[in-house]
Amino acid sequence: MIPVLYAVAGVLFALAAAGAVVRIVRGPTILDRMLASDVLLTILLLVIGAEMVINGHTRTIPVMLVLAGTAAFSTVAVARYVSQQDRRSGETPAGAAAPARRTEAARRRRTGEGS
Amino acid sequence: MTEILDVAAAVFVVLGAALSLVAGVGVLRFPDALSRLHAGTKPQILGLVCLVIAIALASRSWPAILLLIPVVLFQLVTQPIAAHMIGRAGYRTRNHRPDLLLVDELADDVDRASAEQERPTGPGSAD
Repeated sequence: MIPVLYAVAGVLFALAAAGAVVRIVRGPTILDRMLASDVLLTILLLVIGAEMVINGHTRTIPVMLVLAGTAAFSTVAVARYVSQQDRRSGETPAGAAAPARRTEAARRRRTGEGS
Repeated sequence: MTEILDVAAAVFVVLGAALSLVAGVGVLRFPDALSRLHAGTKPQILGLVCLVIAIALASRSWPAILLLIPVVLFQLVTQPIAAHMIGRAGYRTRNHRPDLLLVDELADDVDRASAEQERPTGPGSAD
């Protein structure tokens, strides 16, 4: 019974990873790709854990520890740059208005955000 | 007794795999970034907790369990930050479908903030 359960888990993991990969390839925006790669990394984390259960050892727990601690950083970095890029491109249609005003607005927004 | 524990560990592995399949299907099928985010964040905590319980049941050793607790804690600390940043960027880049939303409470604040930005600020504008 236990090998059957392990086989079922393997099939489910494979289907989930395939779905995430398809979304990475097809995703219309970089946010969808980043989200799907985050899901793929989570699936990798779960697969490492499942492999430990199946093979009956605990040697790769430190790998899980490091992955759990650092997996989110890439997503945070990309999401941060995506929203900044959008803000800048949203301002350019304002036209050839003096760039000084733009930096002034950016400064105000920054200080407003920081408070 | 060990048989029962092993079977329980295998059941938890299947549970975690099912949760990750839910995430994979949701990320593949849902229409916009915010609902994909909703589906994709399910296995990040719950699936990991399932697998951690499975490892604890299968290994049955205290050092392994003591190492597994920080795994869950790190994930609990870092993954909400990533989900929040994706949701924030998804809203700001208009990467969601407003017709799917029942309530959009952020829209009022965004309108007010952009109206404030349009208004020319005099020297006496209090900050």
